[in-house]
Amino acid sequence: MLKNRHIQGWLQAAPLSLVLLGFLILPIITIVVVSFWQATEFSIIPAFSLENYEFLFGSPVTYKVFFATFKYASITWAMTLAIGFTVAYYLAFHIKNQTTQIALFLLCTIPFWTSNIIRMISWIPFLGRNGIANSMLQSWGVIDQPLEWLLYSDFSVILAFVHLYTLFMVVPIFNTMTRIDHSLIEAARDNGASGFQTLTHVILPLTKPGIMIGTIFVLTLVMGDFITVRFMSGSQKANVGRLISNDIALLQYPSAAATAVILLITVLIVIGILLRFVDIRKEL
Amino acid sequence: MEKKSKSFYVLTAFFALFILFLYGPTLTIGILSFQGPGGGLTFPMQGASLNWFHELFQEQAVGDIWGSFRRSFALGLMVMVTTVVVSVMGGFAFRKRFYGSGILFYLIIASLVIPSILISLGVGLIFNQFGLKIHWATSGFGSQLTWTLPFGLLIMFAVFNRFDKSFEEAARDQGASPWQTVRYVVLPIIAPSLIGVGLFGFTLSYDEFARTLLTAGSYNTLPLEIFGMTTNVTTPVIYALGTLTTLFSLLIIGAFLLTVWVLGKRRARFGSDAGQGV
Repeated sequence: MLKNRHIQGWLQAAPLSLVLLGFLILPIITIVVVSFWQATEFSIIPAFSLENYEFLFGSPVTYKVFFATFKYASITWAMTLAIGFTVAYYLAFHIKNQTTQIALFLLCTIPFWTSNIIRMISWIPFLGRNGIANSMLQSWGVIDQPLEWLLYSDFSVILAFVHLYTLFMVVPIFNTMTRIDHSLIEAARDNGASGFQTLTHVILPLTKPGIMIGTIFVLTLVMGDFITVRFMSGSQKANVGRLISNDIALLQYPSAAATAVILLITVLIVIGILLRFVDIRKEL
Repeated sequence: MEKKSKSFYVLTAFFALFILFLYGPTLTIGILSFQGPGGGLTFPMQGASLNWFHELFQEQAVGDIWGSFRRSFALGLMVMVTTVVVSVMGGFAFRKRFYGSGILFYLIIASLVIPSILISLGVGLIFNQFGLKIHWATSGFGSQLTWTLPFGLLIMFAVFNRFDKSFEEAARDQGASPWQTVRYVVLPIIAPSLIGVGLFGFTLSYDEFARTLLTAGSYNTLPLEIFGMTTNVTTPVIYALGTLTTLFSLLIIGAFLLTVWVLGKRRARFGSDAGQGV
């Protein structure tokens, strides 16, 4: 009977396991193997070599690009957390009518199901040299010359990240907030806590799992990104993802694979640290 | 009625600004796609026209948009059906707490957090090494599943964590076979969530870029086609395309949400389907 349960479980999980084996585990193994290969301009040579890693760690570009990646990740994280927490708090504690709550929550999540590329493109008329932001600021007399750093800069990259990924903070934080027992908040108020004290001493600690899950989403999405940085910076800024995609464009697969391995290890370390603070299975 | 505090109004204003931030840019390109024939990528509007939508339907104007739309739509349906079936089976499997399920769970999380470009690169390399042809319906399909399945499974975990087992016990006590229990008791109860899984499967596939980049082969999907356009199209025709695909996405989302709503209404009206499973 006991044995039966395990066999049945694996049979039902077989399609899932096959997909993950073929399109997750095997690709990672292949990348690790290829990262030790050599390449000429025209072909890749399956011979063991450490030259990709030697080149990677010997190049100052690598450190600069990793630093930029962490910079994007940390600024985006701080902003999505601040905005996401505020929005989730508003929805969970200030909207009492459940139908309104669901409607507003859906309003926040609908953009998640539309195209990221289109959502990036849609910033151009807003941020461009003759865009809405510049013409508004000029007509108000705030600036004389159009601001050049609005588009194709670190600013526009981070703006797009916040625009695309705040959702990933709102949803898990809202989810944990709606499960907070309201009698705890009443108890805090009865004992004389101010609204702000209730927020920092009761709600914030109880929302930590949601914050952690949101953090995992945002950090991994930003660290693994290459397309937002490329598009929103007009190819003027770089992060690790772009380093990989540039190598791929030049058909330098072993070099791309080596960078990918280092990126993967970095992301896994970050996730490993975050998973110490939250048990995902318990939070679903 | 309790008097609204000052913080309520401050937060309402914040929320309204957030919604404006979310939707404002998309609405802007929606307006600009009606730009007159002489107009450019930014305001002011040089009159209003359907010129750029019209241009989308001219064969020579831009790449193979309609072909790529058909491919993305077909791929979206394939990924949707597969995601629903595999996620439901996986959800049932994890309820059994079988030996090794912990490792499989962490693989699902890994599939979610791994940088997309690694999947793209790895799958592309495998297909090249084994001399297989890279195609959106094979390598592209598998790569997208590594993104949609984790979402489907997380939803299934959430559903089964809240599932009242006494329904199944009642069915069993009344003499239902395991298959009848699943077919007439469990599946109808979880049906609305399955529609949610389908929504994730279709839309995430329809919009996927990074995991399809190196795995779609010579025939582009729609997001790849649109991205290609951003480098060489400098007219509002790209806004017209953006507006159309966004409207299509909204239509799909609306259809899914409507289905969930109708299911809920029906269930409330009919209450019980007792006797249907005989």
